[in-house]
Order: sequence, then structure tokens, then C-alpha cells
Amino acid sequence: MSTNSKKTPNTSLALEFKSSNFSVPVLALSSNDLITIEQQLKEKASLAPEFFKNLPVVIDLQNSNKLNYDIDITLLIVVIKKSGLLPIGIRGGNAQQNKQALDLLIPIYSANNGLTHEEPQKQPTPTPEIITRDTSTMLITQPIRSGQRIYATGDLIITAQVSSGAEIMAEGNIHVYNTLRGRASAGIQGNKDARIFCFDLQAELISVAGNYKVSEDIDASVRNKPVQIYLQNQALIIQDILQHH
Amino acid sequence: MARIIVVTSGKGGVGKTTTSAAIAMGLAKKGHKTAVIDFDVGLRNLDLIMGCERRVVYDFVNVINGEATLNQALIRDKNCNQLYILPASQTRDKDALSQEGVGKILEELKKDFKYIVCDSPAGIEKGAHLAMYFADDAFIVTNPEVSSVRDSDRMLGILSSKSRRAEQNEEPIKEYLLLSRYSPGRVKLGEMLSLEDVQDILSLHLLGVIPESKSVLNASNSGMPVILDEKSDAGQAYADIVDRYLGEERPHRFIDEDKGFFRKLFGGK
Repeated sequence: MSTNSKKTPNTSLALEFKSSNFSVPVLALSSNDLITIEQQLKEKASLAPEFFKNLPVVIDLQNSNKLNYDIDITLLIVVIKKSGLLPIGIRGGNAQQNKQALDLLIPIYSANNGLTHEEPQKQPTPTPEIITRDTSTMLITQPIRSGQRIYATGDLIITAQVSSGAEIMAEGNIHVYNTLRGRASAGIQGNKDARIFCFDLQAELISVAGNYKVSEDIDASVRNKPVQIYLQNQALIIQDILQHH
Repeated sequence: MARIIVVTSGKGGVGKTTTSAAIAMGLAKKGHKTAVIDFDVGLRNLDLIMGCERRVVYDFVNVINGEATLNQALIRDKNCNQLYILPASQTRDKDALSQEGVGKILEELKKDFKYIVCDSPAGIEKGAHLAMYFADDAFIVTNPEVSSVRDSDRMLGILSSKSRRAEQNEEPIKEYLLLSRYSPGRVKLGEMLSLEDVQDILSLHLLGVIPESKSVLNASNSGMPVILDEKSDAGQAYADIVDRYLGEERPHRFIDEDKGFFRKLFGGK
């Protein structure tokens, strides 16, 4: 045993690099007036003090440099820290600004890293809009009779038959593991990738994202068969699932 | 526990009233106290089929409006003392019926009767809706032709979504298929849908096939439910249906042409 292995057994690593993504607000500046910036930051922070306290931000200088507002990074960082925010990087800066940032041990990010350009006013509401639509799959095991209408906000799976005169609609895909005799509309809110799958196609009408075919236009070669129906270049394709494989 | 049976179809002229009268008589003759109610307010016919049209004093609407008691309005059948008829009003329309009023009458009947047969009017409007709303069992009367099958399918959708049992999330109404006016010969010629075709669309529990039969017309004209004509094929078909409904095993008849043909030859036995 060598002496330098005493403290750290060579069986375990002391560190490891991992990749991880963070969502960080970006402070986009369109002025070099530090007093105005400080004032507006204070106003924003007073709206949600808890949120702004020690909030990490990346400073975006693309717009201000485009407008030829040369911002002094050293002074800007002081102003931002005073308002309680923690600057963790800059992007879109010129050579002088990047050097200033590195002197203050603040990293430089590429201007084209895909982060969205956010207006400073949007910062008090960084949480995404709450999605209230239930996009989970709807499962139906009872026959859908003539005159009944079913609407699913996500995918729709029906294990029983769908009678002629019935109407089934889904914002997502439709699966009918039985005979489909009624009307079926998938991607009803415009999702062109939605598909209809059915065990036995005898439908009165089929539609994907508004592109439809009535029974008369459905070729005899795909009738009474298990098929999938999808959109390709605005055309509704009906494909015999079994023949395809 | 009393059971409420609705005899319904969506389409008119398929044999709802004939079936209601036959089933009610069949159940009563088996010793079960049975009431049969005509929901076809304004177009009443059940009293004619039951042969009690000359004894109607009060009717369904009178009872709903509190103008008569249930006992005053119920007519006891001449042929079977276990059977009572509640006729519809001919001078009113369906709006005279209210869900609350119908519910109250059915509750009252349930105390005293084993089976309550509701003869639904055609259509899917108020009268048909009220006839099926409180039902426990549904007899779907269907003729072997496409429009009747589609209307039955529509009615099944209504039963499974708009009935009391559906609205209160109870066990769904039990649905039975009665295929009436069936003629195996015409099926063979392609003039009628076959039992198989009908079941392909409706996929219901088959309670029985009633053959197309002159005896039905004769029974209607004479005011005797056809089930009392024990020699007739239709009468026997209804007797089988009642037995099957009560849980007895009866092989299905009147489906194949040969048997029907010989039955005709030998005078309907």
C-alpha cells in the first residue's frame, strides 16, 4: 500500500460530473441608465419580494448592445446585487463586457443557447400557465349507440362497438377495438399527427384535423378491415394494418 | 322486489303494444301480480289490444292530476285477475305527464305489484322518455329491417344515458332484444335482415324471436292478447319469452325456415 492512498480509498470517486438542466430567468436590458434600471428592479421586487430574494439571473445584453447602450458590467452587477438578485452569468456582451464579467468571476453564456428572450416585466410571473385541460386517455367499454356523442380531450379508447349514427371525437388519437360504424374525428382541435385506429372500418365518416372522408369515398379495399387512418400532406390515408406488416 | 319493464323501440308500428299486452298477460298468468301502463297519451291503443276499451273511466293523466285514485283508474283484466291495466288519456297530449307524477304512480304500484309493464309510445320524446326513465328492464322490440334496428340502437343509447339508473349511477337497465315480425323465408330471399345481422349491430341478449303471424292481427282485432292464443306461433313465441325472462331455459324457435314452413303446413302447431 502506498502512503498517498491512505486518505481516499481508491475504490470510490471523490467527485463526478453530471449534466443537468436548470430554468433560470434572464434579465434583458434595453437601457444603460443604471438609475432607471435600479428603480425599475426595486419596483418589480416589491411586487414579489420572496420571489426576487436571491433569485439567480442571467443578464442579457444583446438588445442594449444592439441599441449601442454600452453598459458598464462592474457597475451593473452592483446595482443588481443591491436589489437582492444573484447574477450568475451574462450573454450577448461585447469583448469589454465579457472581460469585466470574468474579472468578477461571472460566467459568459453563448447568446444562442436557446434560452427564450424574456422581458423584465414578465419576471414576477415566471410560473407556466396552469394547464387545466385533462389530456388523459378516456376509456369506454360500453357500446356507443346511435345518437350518442363522445368527446375526449386527450386520446379515446373504445373497446365496444360504435353504432352508425353515433359520433366520437378526440383531441388526440382514437382507438376502436371493435366495429366502427359511426363518425370518428381525431385531432379535432387541429392536431395533424392524430390517428384513428379501428378493428373493423365501416364508418359513416372519418376525419383527422378537419380532413374528412365520408363512407362513399372510403375504398372497398379497406372496408371491414383493421385499419389506421392518418394525415399525409393534407391527404387522409387509410391503411390496412395487417397488410402493411 | 317489484320490477319495472319498459317495452320500447324508437320506431312506431313494430309491435310494442302487442308485446306489452302479451308479456303482461304472460307474467300475470304465471301468478305474478302485474300492471300494464299505456304511456301513449293522446294515441292510446293498449285498451283496445287488451279488450277493455269499454270499461275505461279514469286514466293515467287523471291519476297524475289527482282527479282519481290509482285504484279507481286501474282496470282488472277479464281473463286474468292478476292483471291490471292503466289506460292512457286520449284527450290529452304527452305534456300532461310529468316525471314527478309518473314517479309517484310507479312508486305506489311497486308496493302492490310484482311487475309493472310500461308500454312506450314511438319516438324519443317526452312520452317515450318517461316510459323508460324509471325502468329496471328494457324489452327492445325490433323488426328485421334497417330503420327499426337503427331506432332501437338510438333508444339503447338513451336508456344507457338518460334513465334514472344512468343518472344516479346505479346498475344499468337490463336490455333484452325481442325480434318481432320475423319471417325466415323472407330473410332467405334477402328481403329482411337476419337475426345475425340484427345482433351484429345491436349485440343484445336475445329474449326471443316472434314470427310474422296472422294471429297477431286477429288477436288485436278481437282484443285478446296474442299470448292467449296458445295454438298460434306468435302466442307460443311470447310464452317462451315470458319463461326466459323468468329464468327458465327455452330453446329458441322460429329462427329457421324449415320449422316455420312445416308449422304453416300443419296448421301452426
